[in-house]
Amino acid sequence: MTDAVADPISSARGQAQLTTADGIPLKTALAIAQSKARRRAFLLVLPLLAFVLITFVAPIGQMLYRSVHNPAFSDNAPALAVWFEANPTGTEPDEAAYEALVSDLRAMRENKTQGVAGTRINYDLAGSRSLFTSTARKSAKMEPPFKEAVLDADEDWADPQLWQVMRTASSAYTANFYLAALDRTRDENGNIVRVNENRRLYVGNFIKTMLLSALITGCCLVLGYPIAHLLATLPLRHSNLLMIFVLLPFWTSLLVRTTSWIVLLQSQGVVNDTLVAVGVVADESRIQMIYNQTGTIVAMVHILLPFMVLPLYSVMRPINPSYVRAARSLGATSWTAFRRIYVPQTVPGMGAGGLLVFILAVGYYITPALVGGASGQLISNFIAFHMQKSLNWSLAAALAALLLACILLLYWLYDRLIGIDNLKLG
Amino acid sequence: MADTNTEDAFVEFDRVQKSYDGEVLVVKDLNLSMPKGEFLTMLGPSGSGKTTCLMMLAGFETATNGEIRLGGKEINNIPPHKRGIGMVFQNYALFPHMTVNENLSFPLEVRGMGRDERESKVARALDMVQMGAFGNRRPAQLSGGQQQRIALARALVFDPKLVLMDEPLGALDKQLREHMQYEIKHLHESLGITVVYVTHDQSEALTMSDRVAVFDDGRIQQLAAPADLYERPENSFVAQFIGENNKLSGTVESKSGDTATVRLTDGETCQALAVSCGDVGSETLISIRPERISVAAESGPNSTSADVKELIYLGDHIRCRLNVHGNDDFVVKVPNSAGHEHLVVGEKTQVTWAVEDARALNPL
Amino acid sequence: MKMTLILTTALTSMSFAASAQEVTVMSWGGAYTKSQVEAYHKPFTAETGITINSVDSDNPATPIKAQVEAGNVTVDVADVEYSDAIRLCDEGLLEEIDASMLPAAPDGMSAADDFIEGAITDCAVANIVWSTVMAYNTESVDGTPTTIADFFDLEKFPGKRGLRKSAKATLEMALMADGVAAGDVYAAMETDEGIDRAFAKLDTIKDDIVWWEAGAQPPQLLADGEVAMSTAYNGRIFNAAVGEGQPFEIVWDGQILDFDLFVVPKGAPNKEAAMQFISFSTDTQRLADQASWISYGPARKSSGALVGKYSDGITDMAPHMPTAAANLSNALVNNFDFWADRDAELNERFNAWLAS
Repeated sequence: MTDAVADPISSARGQAQLTTADGIPLKTALAIAQSKARRRAFLLVLPLLAFVLITFVAPIGQMLYRSVHNPAFSDNAPALAVWFEANPTGTEPDEAAYEALVSDLRAMRENKTQGVAGTRINYDLAGSRSLFTSTARKSAKMEPPFKEAVLDADEDWADPQLWQVMRTASSAYTANFYLAALDRTRDENGNIVRVNENRRLYVGNFIKTMLLSALITGCCLVLGYPIAHLLATLPLRHSNLLMIFVLLPFWTSLLVRTTSWIVLLQSQGVVNDTLVAVGVVADESRIQMIYNQTGTIVAMVHILLPFMVLPLYSVMRPINPSYVRAARSLGATSWTAFRRIYVPQTVPGMGAGGLLVFILAVGYYITPALVGGASGQLISNFIAFHMQKSLNWSLAAALAALLLACILLLYWLYDRLIGIDNLKLG
Repeated sequence: MADTNTEDAFVEFDRVQKSYDGEVLVVKDLNLSMPKGEFLTMLGPSGSGKTTCLMMLAGFETATNGEIRLGGKEINNIPPHKRGIGMVFQNYALFPHMTVNENLSFPLEVRGMGRDERESKVARALDMVQMGAFGNRRPAQLSGGQQQRIALARALVFDPKLVLMDEPLGALDKQLREHMQYEIKHLHESLGITVVYVTHDQSEALTMSDRVAVFDDGRIQQLAAPADLYERPENSFVAQFIGENNKLSGTVESKSGDTATVRLTDGETCQALAVSCGDVGSETLISIRPERISVAAESGPNSTSADVKELIYLGDHIRCRLNVHGNDDFVVKVPNSAGHEHLVVGEKTQVTWAVEDARALNPL
Repeated sequence: MKMTLILTTALTSMSFAASAQEVTVMSWGGAYTKSQVEAYHKPFTAETGITINSVDSDNPATPIKAQVEAGNVTVDVADVEYSDAIRLCDEGLLEEIDASMLPAAPDGMSAADDFIEGAITDCAVANIVWSTVMAYNTESVDGTPTTIADFFDLEKFPGKRGLRKSAKATLEMALMADGVAAGDVYAAMETDEGIDRAFAKLDTIKDDIVWWEAGAQPPQLLADGEVAMSTAYNGRIFNAAVGEGQPFEIVWDGQILDFDLFVVPKGAPNKEAAMQFISFSTDTQRLADQASWISYGPARKSSGALVGKYSDGITDMAPHMPTAAANLSNALVNNFDFWADRDAELNERFNAWLAS
């Protein structure tokens, strides 16, 4: 590839640096010779690199940034920020504090930002949004002493927890959204405590999401393994036809597939009707198979099955049947041969399929939303809720970041236990 | 054709037929019996049914009709793992996720053998193939020849009564292959095992076997010792398939005793040994080995003139392509020894062969 | 410089010329926009000569925010939901509307009194009232449920219940079913005891609830027999019952009212005409006229008596109005401020309750 050739004699002479016949150091010569090829290669991948940076890295980075950065209050309460700066945590808010509050409220009223600022405080302390909107309305007419005037307007302003929340929110950077995503909050002294038991939601749901995803992955493996094996061992003519059936769900709209499960599984649905007609189940005690966890599992297993079958198939196809034959001829029963010889060789496919299905399941959203009812909701549904309905994007970002961290942790565990090079996607 | 004497037969095929699709018979009426300790090779072109026979013997394919017996017992319905047959596969089929030691102890493990016994057996088997130092390697870390030895050791480690080998040397280079042929042969002799060996390489078959079964078209064309197979092919397929062969086609003009007079296509006659040609008037193919032909010799019963077409210098001999009796592909091997006249391309010469060396066979 | 001036002047005069003749009204499309065109736009143009340019959007609040922030406002009037009206107003994206310009009722009652409480805010005037009601399938329910308490009575009316998967409306209904008067509901919900009481009531039917999320689901659930009763948007049930002949009945007791409101984006090009349009459209007769086209109630009390027949010419619309006097006997108006403050907290609690 390079026209620079090392002089074997000079290199043999000792420790002297290797040079080409022209006397250029060999490493330099190599770099020059390869730089053009390297530059061309870089230009070839440049469009994709730009695409990935713009459409993937940047939005994810921005999302992660949003989970720790929310300037809605800090931008609109400069005077309060100054007071918090000057007075340490725990200081009883004095007249100066209330004066700063009123001046900020007036500015908010002017700029119509009381709603935005109040919403930010409301994330940490429910009920404070209206405090801001109503007091801002009255702030124009307030006169000193401001402490009395403000407390006159609403005595909730005396709540020390409110002041603690405003103190943390006066910096745009906060870990509070991560605390909220872990069912934690800060008490009036700024200590991290768990939220009231009846509001603990996310940690439990993270665990549930992981367990459900693991269960779905397990079901996919149990159902997909025989199919993949059949596909891999049938003659190509038949296996292609069967492969179409496996891929058919891919070509149908996700909504249609999910809805057809509703038609099948609902209490007046095909399955229940059949069971009632056969007499297995009484008409009054039809089985609830949808709008709960069962529904989520059934529909998601169906939708994610191809992601298990395809990697398994791609690993199984090249496995020579002579391995199992050899094991049989060596005295192993067909079960032993399958267990000890065939299965271990499909581990890369199981790993790839399992990881793929698990990661997809952990982030799944539409199917649990449609058929999950109350008990079948996954963490993504809460992320979507905060993205679309409550518009608390910072909390959504914190939840998403935690989900990402969970997946990376699992990936790392997988690498440690099975080895990532032992992964075959196709 | 095949010897079906069941007196001391160890492996027996009795009127075995096999079809995969119900339309075509891959194996047509196979009869074969082999005694204990024999090294028998199934030789034939691909698609001749030899591997199918091996697979039926191993238990991976079921015979459509007929019986297969091992040690006098019918084994048609015995699953492969109960047959106690060792097998070496073409691609070695070493379990890639196991070390060499684990590969070898696998058959012992599934037989419920204790750990100490396993270890000593594995060590002995590895020593037997001179691979004692490689026990902890994985198959992927071994060369083809080394893998081949391990596969061999694995097939032998549980002391099977019968060892089947399915083109085990096909993937090795020529030199290694020849070396392994001798090793396998020596193992066979020293262990006294019975071996059924499948190959499409005739020199391998001739080198190693006690007897060779030549397969074609789902039948055994000839079952004989290597020398007989070469010297005395019983039909034109065997003659053609084993070694080099010159063909002259014609019709039987007359027969007297073992000798037939054949009218060749160019109108001349040739005397040949009547082996499997039909009666007078039937078509036949005369087979003559290239090394049995004398060049520029004095006239004999089968003396004819020949045009020298091509000469290839091969060191120990010179390969001449001649036109004899209208056949352009008539090959003669001329020893490169003193006193032999050297031929020149384009000149004419005289060739001759003995009547016993010309075998009149049934045309295929 | 001179050129720029000329261009600017020309553009300004053009926009003035346009403003004399046209108002751009943005709404939600479909049957809803049609009802507004029939009841408001056509009579307004006939009376004033100002043409209406009707534009549709999936949610008119979204383009308003974008337009005002970009300083390029093309919409004069938009029809938005209550929460958006408050939010946009809080963020200073809307013109304030002077309630005194709205016409009085025919009997002389001032607009401020004539409109249902909450229907007039700083920046918005409601035109219709829609509501979340309880509905049932007469074929799957024996007897006649009459109160919101019946929704929670599984012994009297066995069968599954459909509820929207959201704390909003669900908690209010639970409290009303538990005997809290409509007027006391939000006061009760300000306290932890009140919220506990609501969840305790929901606990009694929790195992029999089928949760829905999209407005199209409840009619489907009722039609399939998946649920015997469900909460639903009244317009959807009306369409299924009158339009498609489904055997659905609405129980108005304990209904929760919500508004759709007209707003004027800050910097609207034809602000004067926009105000004129709002004033015209929200008078007693126009609001009553709209009800002939869709089963949403007029936001004025005085319009109730003037509501006529549905566009099929047979169905009397008055009893189908959420605002019909008979239907208002125990009705609750959604309190946006409460939910703006408590939404996050109560939804967390709601979801935790769902998962437990």
